[in-house]
Amino acid sequence: MNARLLPFVVTCGIFVLAYGLAWLQFPAILSTRVIGNLLTDNAYLGIVAVGMTVVILSGGIDLSVGAVIAFSGVFIGVMLRDTGLHPYAVFVLLLLITTLFGLAMGAVIHLLEMPPFIVTLAGMFMARGAAYVLSIDSIPIRHPAIEAIQSAYWLMPGKGRLTLIAGLMLLTVAAVTLLIHRSPFGTRVMAVGGDARTARLLGVDVGRTTVAVYGLSGFCAGLAGVVFAVYTSAGYSLATVGTELDAIAAVVIGGTLLTGGSGFVPGTLVGVLIMGLIQTYIVFDGTLSSWWTKIVIGMLLFGFVALQKGLVQLRSRKGGGRRRARRQSAQGRAAA
Amino acid sequence: MKNLTAYALFATTALAALPAAAETVGFAQIGSESGWRAAETTVTRQEAEKRGHDLKFADAQQKQENQIKAVKTFIAQGVDAILLAPVVATGWDQVLQEAKEAEIPVVLLDRQVDSSEDLYLTAVGSDLEHEGRVAGEWLVQQVGDKTCNVVELQGTTGSSPAIKRKAGFEAGIAGHDNIKITRSQTGDFTRTKGKEVMESFLKAEGGTEICALYAHNDDMAVGAIQAIKEAGKKPGTDILVVSIDAVPDIFQAMAAGEANATVELTPNMAGPAFDALEAYWKNGTVPPKFIQTESKLYTQADDPQAIYESKKNLGY
Repeated sequence: MNARLLPFVVTCGIFVLAYGLAWLQFPAILSTRVIGNLLTDNAYLGIVAVGMTVVILSGGIDLSVGAVIAFSGVFIGVMLRDTGLHPYAVFVLLLLITTLFGLAMGAVIHLLEMPPFIVTLAGMFMARGAAYVLSIDSIPIRHPAIEAIQSAYWLMPGKGRLTLIAGLMLLTVAAVTLLIHRSPFGTRVMAVGGDARTARLLGVDVGRTTVAVYGLSGFCAGLAGVVFAVYTSAGYSLATVGTELDAIAAVVIGGTLLTGGSGFVPGTLVGVLIMGLIQTYIVFDGTLSSWWTKIVIGMLLFGFVALQKGLVQLRSRKGGGRRRARRQSAQGRAAA
Repeated sequence: MKNLTAYALFATTALAALPAAAETVGFAQIGSESGWRAAETTVTRQEAEKRGHDLKFADAQQKQENQIKAVKTFIAQGVDAILLAPVVATGWDQVLQEAKEAEIPVVLLDRQVDSSEDLYLTAVGSDLEHEGRVAGEWLVQQVGDKTCNVVELQGTTGSSPAIKRKAGFEAGIAGHDNIKITRSQTGDFTRTKGKEVMESFLKAEGGTEICALYAHNDDMAVGAIQAIKEAGKKPGTDILVVSIDAVPDIFQAMAAGEANATVELTPNMAGPAFDALEAYWKNGTVPPKFIQTESKLYTQADDPQAIYESKKNLGY
């Protein structure tokens, strides 16, 4: 079997196993209602985590996304309240802003050769600050067009609802999966994430790829912001604090290597669903502290990091003798 | 036809028998950001146990997205009623509509939502604005005609207690131009933030300029008292301290003379909520849309030590 897909298979296995165990205890958990909820409730997280997957595949990180989601909600709320613009026009404007914001961060990272961690941390503060400047109060978002989106769902057998925003999330996952695993852009992202210097030698435009990756993440964060605003019908500057970390956790649980260059986009969706399942289980149980969610996710993260480490070592033992020799000689040169 | 009547008969008897059986009630709690919140959780659990209901508890960790998830999961699980203490007032239309369609009554605890009234059964709470007014009126009585600059520690930005306790206090001191709110900032309902913000108030204003502190909850007041002491001032004497909630720690501070007054927000919101639900289950009695609890003022004259003893085991 392809070693690259092994973490994905493990993630799926854990999800099915966990769902099975939960089902043995609470038969009602296996209903289309719960599945519909899992997809709808985590739609924003799924979209933002997919963007994060691309960033991490390129060897970077984007800490700004949680703040961008909060900014998006407040922006939509303020624009709908204070201007006569139609929600769709506001959405397009917002996606433009967040995409440009992502592109700008990508440009700073590439041109000034700054660590993505710092640049996107600054981006996080700026976006959160901008949200507060727009409004510190929670703004209700009400418009016939938005109500139409909210009440658009396909009633599955068993009264479960597959909502439009859940569909949008699945569509995003599918589109980015094709982009990363079936297009030249995806190959470039993988190359940059694997080893930027080698990628450059192979003729990959590292700068353009880096900028595009952060632009894509900004776009996904904006889209997640739209979904979150529709989901909560409110814009609130305190919303989605720490969502960037949830997204990173989902990416890692989904089998993407944190150092970049290796992973599988649909795994991230399964990672998101595992996190949602834990929360659902805790509510079904009704006696456990909800903070167990964090503990279980922490344990899963540890497990996956260990698994990845093992896989990487296995691979380098199998076919990486040459690469190791090269690294050693490079170290020798550095020492001299 | 005969069959149908039998079914109908069976259904009615089954329905009539329901209230006697244990009901499953989902409780979507905000989190445990303050001692009061923890006590509300404890008292709700006690009330459910006393009445023989099965309580499913979900802590939203201060996040609306978690709370929406919890309520939707309760609906999927098919509980008999949902108690909801909403994190923020906005954004509940969809999920309340879903509960209504599933015919699950929702009772709001302690905080309001801006959704239409027919989406929930009733709301139990204190009149938040009234609490603020009681605190304001106490201060008016206390200072008389003296000039008094008040600093205010607000609750979580955008939450309904923060908005209404602010408005109520302002209404309470209205018409008394000698009392002015000179600084007002959020302390997020927490002790540490209350202390931090008070420190910045003291630095900005200079200790002698502040005559009273009004905090939207006791926890922030307790943090602020610490800050006042560290600045070399005497809380309760140099700076009057009035806050809302009446948690045990503030009674201890009152007994020590470091706090002056508190307005009680009773943690027993679940009692009236269960009363309303039981009546509703039994014969469909629809309660009024708002059930108000009492807002009692406590001062240093009320034997704070004794009240501390009686409250400390409530789980604050």
